[in-house]
Amino acid sequence: MAREQIQYVTAPKVEDTRKKYCRFKKNGIKYIDYKDANFLLKFINDQGKVLPRRLTGTSLKFQRKVAQAVKRARHIGILPYVTDSLK
Amino acid sequence: MQQYETVIILTPLLSDDAAKEVIAKFRSILTDNGAEIVHEDNWGLKKLAYPIEKKTTGYYHLTEFKAPGELISKLEVEYKRDERVMRFLTVALDKHAVAYNAKKHSGAFLKKAKPETSNEEVAG
Repeated sequence: MAREQIQYVTAPKVEDTRKKYCRFKKNGIKYIDYKDANFLLKFINDQGKVLPRRLTGTSLKFQRKVAQAVKRARHIGILPYVTDSLK
Repeated sequence: MQQYETVIILTPLLSDDAAKEVIAKFRSILTDNGAEIVHEDNWGLKKLAYPIEKKTTGYYHLTEFKAPGELISKLEVEYKRDERVMRFLTVALDKHAVAYNAKKHSGAFLKKAKPETSNEEVAG
């Protein structure tokens, strides 16, 4: 009974249990095309910023390729540098 | 000979044949200097994600070619000189990129429009 009355002062840290994996290694992708906007949208948040590895779970090698592809896409006007509601 | 890929964005103010003439001019620069054009792709008028030179649309053109290394700097000087070219990007392609582009031209990705992503190569 008393258990329900417990109010947590800070939100309990809910553990993200699903195992993150690098989708490039798993699916055998070797090249990230900087011209393919809707594929790159998966790696940027709704402000247009590149998502960190801890959220996407990509390996360091492919995170660098993703970041470079996003920067190239921004240069040729496919992706915005900054926006408020991308998705 | 290294393989390269260059994307140029022309100002939308050009009429269609003026745009074609600019593209022909750069194609001749490439072929005259011993480059071999592998593939050309014309995306035409596309909306830009942010205004470039106060314009919101741009005429995109993609050229994939094999060329000796020193031709690239000459090509980019020509891009800078021509004011109809708003923006350009030249990229050297490694073997994975070349394989990817070859697969893309052969239409390998079109058939299986994968729900997750278009350029997903499922291994094995």
